[in-house]
Amino acid sequence: MPQMGFDMTEGTIAAWLKKEGDPVAKGEPIAEIETDKTTIQIESFSSGVLRKILAQAGQKVPVGQVIGIIAAPDEPIAGAPPSASPQSASQPAPEASKSNAAPQTEPRTQPAGAAPQIVHQGRIIATPVARRLAEERGIDLRYVKGTGPDGRITKADVEAFVPSSPAPVSKPTVSPVVKAPEPVPPPAPVAQAAAPAAPSVMQPLTRMRQTIAARMVASKQQVPHFYITVAVEMDAALALRAQINESLKPEGVKVSVNDMVIRAVALALRRFPNMNAAFTAEGIQRRDYVHVANAVTVEGGLVTVTVRDADKKTLKQISQEMAALAERARSNKMQPGDTGGQTFTISNLGMYNVENFIAIVNQPDAGILAVATATPTPVVRDGEIVIRTMMNMTLSGDHRLTDGAEGAQFINEIKRLLENPWSLVL
Amino acid sequence: MDKENLVALYRQMVLIRVFEDRAAEMYAKAKIAGFLHLYNGQEAVAVGSVSALHPDDDVVVNYRDHGWALARGSSARAVMAELFGRATGTTGGRGGSMHLVDVKNRFWGGYAIVGGHLPLAAGLAAAAQYLKTGRVTLCSMGDGSTNIGTFHAAMNWAKLWNLPIIFMVENNQYAMGTHYDVHSAVPMIQKAAGYDMYAEQVDGMDVMAVREAVCRAAERARKGEGPSFLDVVTYRYRGHSMADPDVQRDKAEIARWKERDPITRFATEVLLKRNLVTPKDLNDIQKSVEQEVEDAIEFADKSPEPALDTLYDYIYQQPVRNMQIAGSLIRPPTIAKDIPTNGKHA
Amino acid sequence: MAEITYREALKRALREEMQRDPTVVIWGEDVVAYAGGGAYGVTSGLAKEFPGRVRDTPIAEEAIIGVGIGAAMGGMRPVCEIMTVNFTLVAWDQIVNHAAKQSHMFNGQIKVPMVIRTPNGHGRTAATHSQNFDAWFAHVPGLKVVAPSTPYDAKGLLKTSIRDDDPVVFLEHLQLYGTRGEVPDEEYLIPIGVSDYKRRGKDVTLVTWGRMTMESLKAARILAEEGIDVEIVDLRTLRPLDLSLALESVHKTNRVIVVEEGWRTAGLGAEIAASLQEMAFNDLDAPIARVAGLEVPMPYARNLERATLPFAEDVIAAVHAMMQKQY
Repeated sequence: MPQMGFDMTEGTIAAWLKKEGDPVAKGEPIAEIETDKTTIQIESFSSGVLRKILAQAGQKVPVGQVIGIIAAPDEPIAGAPPSASPQSASQPAPEASKSNAAPQTEPRTQPAGAAPQIVHQGRIIATPVARRLAEERGIDLRYVKGTGPDGRITKADVEAFVPSSPAPVSKPTVSPVVKAPEPVPPPAPVAQAAAPAAPSVMQPLTRMRQTIAARMVASKQQVPHFYITVAVEMDAALALRAQINESLKPEGVKVSVNDMVIRAVALALRRFPNMNAAFTAEGIQRRDYVHVANAVTVEGGLVTVTVRDADKKTLKQISQEMAALAERARSNKMQPGDTGGQTFTISNLGMYNVENFIAIVNQPDAGILAVATATPTPVVRDGEIVIRTMMNMTLSGDHRLTDGAEGAQFINEIKRLLENPWSLVL
Repeated sequence: MDKENLVALYRQMVLIRVFEDRAAEMYAKAKIAGFLHLYNGQEAVAVGSVSALHPDDDVVVNYRDHGWALARGSSARAVMAELFGRATGTTGGRGGSMHLVDVKNRFWGGYAIVGGHLPLAAGLAAAAQYLKTGRVTLCSMGDGSTNIGTFHAAMNWAKLWNLPIIFMVENNQYAMGTHYDVHSAVPMIQKAAGYDMYAEQVDGMDVMAVREAVCRAAERARKGEGPSFLDVVTYRYRGHSMADPDVQRDKAEIARWKERDPITRFATEVLLKRNLVTPKDLNDIQKSVEQEVEDAIEFADKSPEPALDTLYDYIYQQPVRNMQIAGSLIRPPTIAKDIPTNGKHA
Repeated sequence: MAEITYREALKRALREEMQRDPTVVIWGEDVVAYAGGGAYGVTSGLAKEFPGRVRDTPIAEEAIIGVGIGAAMGGMRPVCEIMTVNFTLVAWDQIVNHAAKQSHMFNGQIKVPMVIRTPNGHGRTAATHSQNFDAWFAHVPGLKVVAPSTPYDAKGLLKTSIRDDDPVVFLEHLQLYGTRGEVPDEEYLIPIGVSDYKRRGKDVTLVTWGRMTMESLKAARILAEEGIDVEIVDLRTLRPLDLSLALESVHKTNRVIVVEEGWRTAGLGAEIAASLQEMAFNDLDAPIARVAGLEVPMPYARNLERATLPFAEDVIAAVHAMMQKQY
């Protein structure tokens, strides 16, 4: 069972995409795995024949346990290799080895495609602070190249690792109990009315709901929230959006209001580095990159998808990326890197016709922006009552990290950018 | 000295004798551990000396110190409890037999490194001189101490600074098991000559002789005439400590010295001879002392051991910041925070 | 604020405390007459200022310390000068068995408010006269051990030591007596058991004291030109040991080098390294390194003496090794 998320300890085989005896190419999807967050396709790390399926669809399997064996057609294989514990497994081993997969001889597999390279086989040599940092950031040290003596991973190696590749988030962590703030990629915190269940029926919590519950409780208990609301006049932005979409029509790209908000937020974050920081037990961690997460509603809950380096992307790029991310999220096809690693989060309920709402901070972010529905509203302009399309936004800030004054300036900068929308495209 | 005081001297000597005999018994019964150095035979030295001093004079002695503590006024209960290692002992069970201290009586101990306390005694005398308190320091030591460097350093210093101090050698003639003839190059009294120090040889088996000699020496000190050296010849009846099988000494020699027993002599040659007491009086004293020591044993036996959480008390006078206490029984070995180390402070 | 020598700072501390408290006296070898006062001139002139309170003693260290202990027990605050740390060995019984133990063993009935001033150090005087016993003293419960590196610290700490009710071993350094630094004219005290940042930096933490603080500062200036920014924690007190700043610093830099002058095996650096890894294991990005004196009896020859002792260049080499991950 491959580890497909830092907090994944087990997964359920949703479906096998290959049958025993089917030829398999390296990088080819072989099965769908359901985790607490999503359903993910796993790809073969090697070419051969799916000789044996050891975990059937619907079966729950701990991370690291062999679920199937891919080998050469004539290669002798053992019947059912004993499972490896997730702790001792030194690589994600999504299926099995080309050769006899005894537990001592770890399957020599390669990550598929552009997936991050596993650098360390066996015992990982890392300094204590590197280990601590990796755990805090949810980084699997197996993927981190060490520059110290004998390849020892140092703090700098872990720090250098983060902004580059789509982080192989990892490490089975303890169950999602309330913990010290840790930079985790959780589903976006959105206050959402759950579909009322039949009053007398007890519905077991899905993995997703358990995760959401733990994250939101932790945030509400640990983060001293404060809230600032502004009303943004969206007429100019909506007009510009119409123009842009007209010109992008041939390419099939359609910029949403939310894409503009992402862009505005990303630009504002560049000017307010503290709002782009993380609160950690050790102090305030400034980040020199801007990754904006967005809450996406999916069946049974919600997840966040992250637009990385949003401040360096054009509206068109953001729009395309968001569309793809949201599609993968809704169809349970999320890939590693689609979620988590954010520096700030946006929750947009504009499509649900809400006047205003407030969101729960997505730890360890400094804040989260709740975006409501843009709606024609009578406002006073130059002493006269006129109708403008107004959109309320509420910033929830972590008071340990920032204060009202900074929050007010920050949200007003977003407002300014949206009200002067050319700044979003220039 | 009037009758009352003379009888009191007698009673003190008997108390020490009975106390030591019972302490030996308690050691055999494993109520007392470690080293136990008994004072039998030397009672006249402590009792005679203390009787000659003022209550606020300073007394510093070596590890054969039970007799001195009792003579200086520590209760039999407190001393026995200390031997038992109990919280009610003279130092709360910290020091044991060799380190009795009772500063309220200006009894400064109780030192178990041979010769180590001589400079301290000189220091107490130096403080008395500098602060002009008029106090005299009596420093008692064994004959074995007179060969070590601190003896000569302290003697030289005391003479040089003309300190108000009495160096008293309780010359029981054995350094543990080594006879004086084997351990010292010159007769004891000559050792004072090297420092041009006033010196007397004293019969340590005669309480009045000791008393008178100390009176003279103290008087000299108070008059600013400086230090004195007293070679008090005495004998211990038991071995060096309870661990000493005492095979090296001639039994006839021990018997000879016992014929000069300070308690018997004082009773017959002074108290009875002068009709100050009757034999019945002496018998009553014996009974009363036995009762007192029995009470001390019961007290010690019933007393609690010192509380574990007093372990760090008085290492320093004030709480110490950020102190590392590795391997502590009470506190975890890694202490990074500010913690007071001591529960109590002086 | 005047710049004065370490020697002068010590003398000022002695003078101020003698003016303040008549029970403070100075006893030691050659503290009065020789060369005007003190083998290294610390007490020069004080005998004249305080008649009867500064006294030459016999060369008998066991008695200098022992008489000091007794006088302290008897109500005084003696400052005993032992000409060099080498001679404290003669008085080791007095220091360890008596000064350190009186209060605890006698259940608080006795206290020993005395200061033993003595310099560590070297100066082409060979093995018996060129030593450093920081670790020996720091090992003993009941003692307080102070080792100032600057004139400012020396003055403030000596004044506090004289007022302290416990026996304080005050370790000066032969090579520091002539060093200069700013010392305020007004009175100040520095508490015992509080370490101090002598330089702020971000790359490597140097934990040190005494002469090696100055060598570490020299090294830091050179390293700064190379772009390496070291932080220097001067312990100032060796018992009780205050590692709070060292911990704070390692949390930031993740790298520590303990810099000491004495012999490495069972040295104080070993204790500091062990404690830091116990308390800050998860902050470490490299093994804790030690710079220490070589473990030989100090030779007389100029080149051999220099080779035996740690200097700034040894600190620099250790920092380079750490930055280049050569460990």
